[in-house]
This record gives sequence, structure tokens and C-alpha cells, in this order.
Amino acid sequence: MKLIEARGLTKEFRIFSRSEGVMGAFRDLFHRKYRVLRAVDEIDFAVDRGEMVGYIGANGAGKSTTIKMLTGILVPTAGTVTVNGYVPHKQRESYTKGIGVVFGQRSQLWWDIAVIESFKLLRRIYDVPRADFNRRLQQFDDILGLSSFLNLPVRKLSLGQRMRCDLAAALLHNPAILFLDEPTIGLDVLAKSKIREFLKEINNEFKTTVILTTHDLGDIEALCPRVAIIDQGKMLYDGLVDNLFSQWGQDKLEDIVKRIYMGQKPEPGLAGGGVSLV
Amino acid sequence: MFNRLLLYLELVRMEFVNNLAYRSFYFTGILNYSIQIGAYFFLWDAVYVGNRVIGGLDREAMITYVIIAWVVRSFYFSNLDRRVGTDIRDGKIALELIRPYSYQMVKYARSFGEAAFRMFFFAFPAGAAIYLIRPFTLPVGWDSVAMFVAAVLGAFVINAQISMIAGFAVFFTKSPTGVYKAKRVIMDLLSGLLLPISFYPGWAREIIQLLPFQAVSYLPNMIYLGKIRGAAAFEVLLLQVFWIAVLGFLAHLFWRFAVKHVVIQGG
Ligand SMILES: Nc1ncnc2c1ncn2[C@@H]1O[C@H](COP(=O)(O)OP(=O)(O)O)[C@@H](O)[C@H]1O
Ligand SMILES: [Mg+2]
Repeated sequence: MKLIEARGLTKEFRIFSRSEGVMGAFRDLFHRKYRVLRAVDEIDFAVDRGEMVGYIGANGAGKSTTIKMLTGILVPTAGTVTVNGYVPHKQRESYTKGIGVVFGQRSQLWWDIAVIESFKLLRRIYDVPRADFNRRLQQFDDILGLSSFLNLPVRKLSLGQRMRCDLAAALLHNPAILFLDEPTIGLDVLAKSKIREFLKEINNEFKTTVILTTHDLGDIEALCPRVAIIDQGKMLYDGLVDNLFSQWGQDKLEDIVKRIYMGQKPEPGLAGGGVSLV
Repeated sequence: MFNRLLLYLELVRMEFVNNLAYRSFYFTGILNYSIQIGAYFFLWDAVYVGNRVIGGLDREAMITYVIIAWVVRSFYFSNLDRRVGTDIRDGKIALELIRPYSYQMVKYARSFGEAAFRMFFFAFPAGAAIYLIRPFTLPVGWDSVAMFVAAVLGAFVINAQISMIAGFAVFFTKSPTGVYKAKRVIMDLLSGLLLPISFYPGWAREIIQLLPFQAVSYLPNMIYLGKIRGAAAFEVLLLQVFWIAVLGFLAHLFWRFAVKHVVIQGG
């Protein structure tokens, strides 16, 4: 049994267009014109417990939409998805106790209250025993260096500090799966390397499964043996990073990914074993 | 279930403590309420010439009504509509779906923490200060006090539910501030805050009696004044319970709509 299993996962958005003029507005009341945008287009995706998978794609490729379906925020238009034994959007309250989520673009901590207060509240929200909470907080602090700003409200933190807090917050209840949507966006090299080191250790120690979207291929090279590449909602590649190197006969991941985004195919003959170009 | 209760209590406590940190907000609030109470005091003082009785209230009762109405408002008032509306505007409501709790309960708990803060640091001291400057009528008996306290709690819940629904209504409008303003005007007029309901013409009274708003200010105030006592006061509490059930159901429908909206259109 896979920890995450999605089949034919699809999400369509309706993009409504407004008609012009008063009559148009009146007509829109009864019959709004829209077009359908397939943000995620029949992807199959399976992940084992303890894996760290990078999920990359150009802007608007459908990464966040996929994450939102896997976390139960959005209901798929078609396809099936089970995560950790639950159908995310159907069994929200039980399902969400077992996952951690970080959206790099948006903090989930309470804006005006001290970070430590947010953490204490999360302890209650997720029913974390006090001893576990203290132990984890200590451990997170050791790697991420949180103690100097634990007493500040989130609005006073720098982006790097905020992201470290968000990560710690998402892991206080020791979730089976951690979903990270662009966790390193806008961070400096030092903050990035701290976060990478942290994720590595968490994955090592707790066997936490990590799904991570990013535009920084350094994140993938540092953390994820496996990468999934999505473009215009379709899965272009899902396999080992190492296989990409042998398929393309190149040694820079950035060059390979650039070519994949541009729609190029690897030259035949170069392909190594285990090709899995979907 | 019990764990959730602890969570909501923790939220009440947290909001209470947080409010201690916002002192400037607190002082502008005191100023605002002093002006309101002062203005209405002079207004009604001028209206009541001689020994008139208007809408069942004499001069003394009217002045007490105004003071109690505003002091109690400082307890039940909340920004819930704006907070919920902002969550919807910013799409934050989507993030609430990844938490194992009830969004509405969290909002209510935080509002209650804030209300409790204002009760201790605002309503009580303000009531006492006003009493020293201009003594007003005290409740006629302990039964009135008990019923009044219960009715004020009911008023808090009903006001919070109405605010919650107003916040959800932001989904249907392009102008959130319009929604907040409309809610405020409706509450001020139909709850009896600005004018006791007994002052309205008969046809208006009949309509207002079919609505939940008067249970927020007018009815609790009348219990305080002893104009509603005994079985009638108990009926007011039952009426509040009825409205809490109806509004709770409505708020639930709105919440379901909001979630569905997020879930279909995206957040
Ligand atoms: N709530 C929404 N309503 C309409 N279209 C959306 C919505 N969310 C995303 N989209 C569209 O779906 C596509 C995929 O978006 P997204 O998953 O956010 O991409 P990524 O995270 O890979 O940058 C984009 O074209 C985006 O404009
Ligand atoms: Mg995205």
C-alpha cells in the first residue's frame, strides 16, 4: 500500500468572463460565459512512506493545484486520490491531523501573536502531548536556531525566520507527510541550507514523507532522489534524478530541466537504464 | 470532544491576554464610548421635559437604558464580520481547511476572549465610573440580575452569529465595506441600541419582533430595568435560544457554501 496514491487526478477551473455593458451584466446574471482551464490533467502519482519527492514545473504548471488536492483543500474534478488511508477532501478533520503543510507564499502562523504562542496553540490543535512537544521544539531549535525570535510576533520576522517557524509549526505534531509548496522562495543561501539540512534530518529520523515544490533545483539536488516534472497540467517525467542525467547525457540539472520545459526530448541512444519518460 | 473544548478555552485565554497588549486601541475605545454615552445622555435629557413617559420609559429609565445599552455593547461587540470577510477576501479560508478544527468555533472562541477582556477592563470600570458621576437605576432584584447576565451572554452569541453570517456574505458582494456598514446600521437600529423598540410605530414593532436583532440589546435592557420580569424574562431567554439555533443553522449553510466555493473555484 502506497502512502500517496493518485490516479487520473484532474482539476478544472472555470474562468468566467464578463460581458460588456449593462445588458451584458444583466445577461451574466443568468448565464455567465466561462471557459474551462485544466490546471491538472490526469496525472498518476504514487509515493511510498519515507520518500522525498521534488515536484517541479514552470509557473502555472499546476504544482500548487496538485498540492491543494493532495491536502484536501480542493476537490478533484476527476480521478481518485488516497493519502495515508484517507480521501483528503472527504475526511478532512481526521486526515489533516496526520499531515503538515507549508505554503512558502503565505504564513499559517497567527500574525500578531508571539511565535511560541502560535506553537502552543498548535500543540492544542493537534493534541500533542506536552513532553513530545517540548522535545521536538528543542530539536527543531537546535537545527533551525529559533530561540532568538520565539517571543516575537510573526509580523516582525524576516522571511527566513518566518519560513523556519512555519516549517517547525508544520512538524510539531509529527505528521506522516509534509507538503511544502515553494518553501525556499526568496530565501538567502544560508537560510536555504539550514532548511535543507533540517528537512534531511527530519526525513531521516522520523521517516517523514516529503513532497516539495520548488524553482530552485538546488533543493532537488540536495534532498530529492526522485523528481516529478509537470507542465501545463501533464506529468512529463516522474523518476530518479540520476536517470535524468544518464538520459540526457548532461551533468547540469538546470540545463536538463530547461530543455524539458522547452519541450525537447533526450537524444535516443543516450538513454540509460530505467527510462521512465511518461 | 473534550480536547476540542480545551482548545477553544485556550483560544479564549489567548485572545484575552493578547488584548492586554493593545492599549492604544483600548483608550480610543474608551473615548468613543464616553462620547456616545454623553451625547445620548444630553439628547434624552433634553427630550424628556417635565414628567413625560415615552414608550413605557420615564426619564430615569431612559437614561439608564442608554447607559446600560452602551456598556453592554462594549461586551458583545466584535469585529467578527471583518475578520471572516478578510479571510474570505484573502483566500485564507482555504488554509483553514487543513486544520482539524471548526473554523466557526475558533472565531467565536477568540471573539469571546476579546469580549471577556472588555468586560473586565472596559464595561465594569466604565459602568462604575458613570455611576459615580451620574447614578443610574440599579436592577430591582437579584432575579433581574441573574436573568440579565444570562440574556447578555445570549446577546453575545446572537451578535457573533449575525456577524459571522455578515462575514460570509462577503462572498456575494463586490463591496465588503458595504456589507459591514449595512450590518452595523441594521444592528444599531433594530437591536434597540439607538432607540428602544417600544418607541417605534406599531407596524415597525411587529416586524422587529419577528427578527433576532432586538434580542441583542432591547430585550436584555428591559430585563435590567425590570420591565420584563419573571416568566416573561424566562421567555426572552427561550427566544434567544431559538434564535441561536436558527442563526447557527444559517451560519452552517453559509460555511458550507463558502467551502464549496473554495473547493470548486479554487482558493
Ligand atoms: N482558483 C483558481 N481559479 C482559476 N484558475 C486557477 C486557480 N488556481 C490556479 N489556477 C490556474 O491553474 C493553473 C495552475 O496553477 P498553479 O497550480 O497555481 O500553478 P503552479 O503552482 O505550478 O505555478 C494556472 O494557469 C493558474 O492560473
Ligand atoms: Mg504555485
